[in-house]
Amino acid sequence: MFKLSAQRVLKAGFVNFWRNAFVSVSAMLVMTITLFTMGSLMFLGAVLNSSLLQIKEKVDINIYFLTSASESRILSLKETIDALPQVESTTYRSREEALENFKKRNQDDQLVLQALDELGGNPLEAVLNVRAKDPSQYEAIYNFLKPYIVGPTNATEIQGQIIEKANFNQNKTSIETLTKVINSSRTLGTAISIILIIISTLIAFNTIRLAIYSSKDEIAVMRLVGASNMFIRGPFIVEGSMYGLFSALFVLIIFYPLLYWIGPYSAGFFGGLNLFTYYLHNFLELFVILVGSGVIIGAISSFLAVRKYLSA
Amino acid sequence: MIYYDNVSKIYKDDSVILDSISFGIEPKEFVSIVGPSGAGKTTLLKMLIAEEKPTSGKVFFESTDVHNLSRSDIPRYRRRVGMIFQDFRLIPNKTAYENIAFAMEAAGRSDEEIQSDVPHVLELVDLADKIWHFPHQLSGGEKQRVAIARAIVNQPDVLIADEPTGNLDPFNTYDVVQILRKINDLGTTVILTTHNKGIIDSLGKRVITIEKGRVVRDDAEGKYVL
Repeated sequence: MFKLSAQRVLKAGFVNFWRNAFVSVSAMLVMTITLFTMGSLMFLGAVLNSSLLQIKEKVDINIYFLTSASESRILSLKETIDALPQVESTTYRSREEALENFKKRNQDDQLVLQALDELGGNPLEAVLNVRAKDPSQYEAIYNFLKPYIVGPTNATEIQGQIIEKANFNQNKTSIETLTKVINSSRTLGTAISIILIIISTLIAFNTIRLAIYSSKDEIAVMRLVGASNMFIRGPFIVEGSMYGLFSALFVLIIFYPLLYWIGPYSAGFFGGLNLFTYYLHNFLELFVILVGSGVIIGAISSFLAVRKYLSA
Repeated sequence: MIYYDNVSKIYKDDSVILDSISFGIEPKEFVSIVGPSGAGKTTLLKMLIAEEKPTSGKVFFESTDVHNLSRSDIPRYRRRVGMIFQDFRLIPNKTAYENIAFAMEAAGRSDEEIQSDVPHVLELVDLADKIWHFPHQLSGGEKQRVAIARAIVNQPDVLIADEPTGNLDPFNTYDVVQILRKINDLGTTVILTTHNKGIIDSLGKRVITIEKGRVVRDDAEGKYVL
């Protein structure tokens, strides 16, 4: 009995979809716009995220060690820093490497090289470059380093103070501003996306409601001949889901040439994300989200719209 | 079989549509309800199919109080009552065949039954050649005959006809009345409302006259008297 009803409901849904072609097309057009908005917001979010990621990577702090500090102590401090939960990665450059780099950079400048020889020994400091997982965490890392930093008056090592300076204070304001910008742009992006999605969903809902309004007499007749509520509602829900399904497929198809065209431009944009590659790599995810939301919006809209005419 | 027990319908603005109406209908009876427009005929019929609730009083179908049925029981109950209307009320985007098949599908009948019964019942109303026509391709009389076929296909105990000839020419009116008589002869109770004096006088069946919400006459072999 249930199987029979399900078969009949499905068949009626397909037939109605086909016979009310004009209504179906207009409902699908609106659904297409809704889903296109959703898809575009997803791409926009991806661009925003990759830009933010790149900005974040540009933020770091450099720790300069006293020339008198022994390498083994520096390395043991590095290990401690590596173990901090906020730290993403550290890169160490020893004094020798620093000197080598310096020489290489100035290999054509005899004057500088001569001056270096004059000084004798290695005047350069070892540097530890620290990257945090999140820009807001530099403050905590800096606070951890504080006991290791020598006071402004004495330039020699006492009680394990092996750090000459860490350039956090110089970067402090810019790091803080950047953190704020990142956080607020993310909040703003989410808020705008949610509002746009709600608006476009309501428009899609309204269109389906109007489409079903034209069937209200039909629903009244179905009730009179003794059809159960589920049997009346079923085909409309199938029809609504089909609007969603076809609109989502259509949107996925139009994104292909659109992104193929936009892709190279977006790659040149800040963030360097090629949207076409992103589309291809995340196709399955996009497919599931767009088809899923299309079908759900269509089905729920139909369900609610028919309910109105069933309750009387 | 059907019993209206002291039924009243009063709207919120105190307009009285039905005023303490009581009468009974026996199985296999053919009852006509007549009265001027606004007398409450349609309201009376709507109460029988649980479309409208009485303000006071009860409507019984056999031993069940129609307005005590739960919402989920109403569809099942309605399948025992066939109904036709002045404006036909066919589903516009379904063919004649599908309109009738829908009533059977809703009642959970098997595909085999549908395939054998629908052509049969269309033959009964003399429309076997228009089986795949949509309502907009049919004339008024043909639409009404499809509606009758749909109403009787589930073999209801009662057929309610609410001014079924109101939109039809005399020739089609005669046809429809003949079909209703035939259905009644086959053992289905028929309740008919109409304004057509000719129909009532030619039927020679029971006539209940309603005026201003009250039963003013109830004659076993009535005429249209107003």
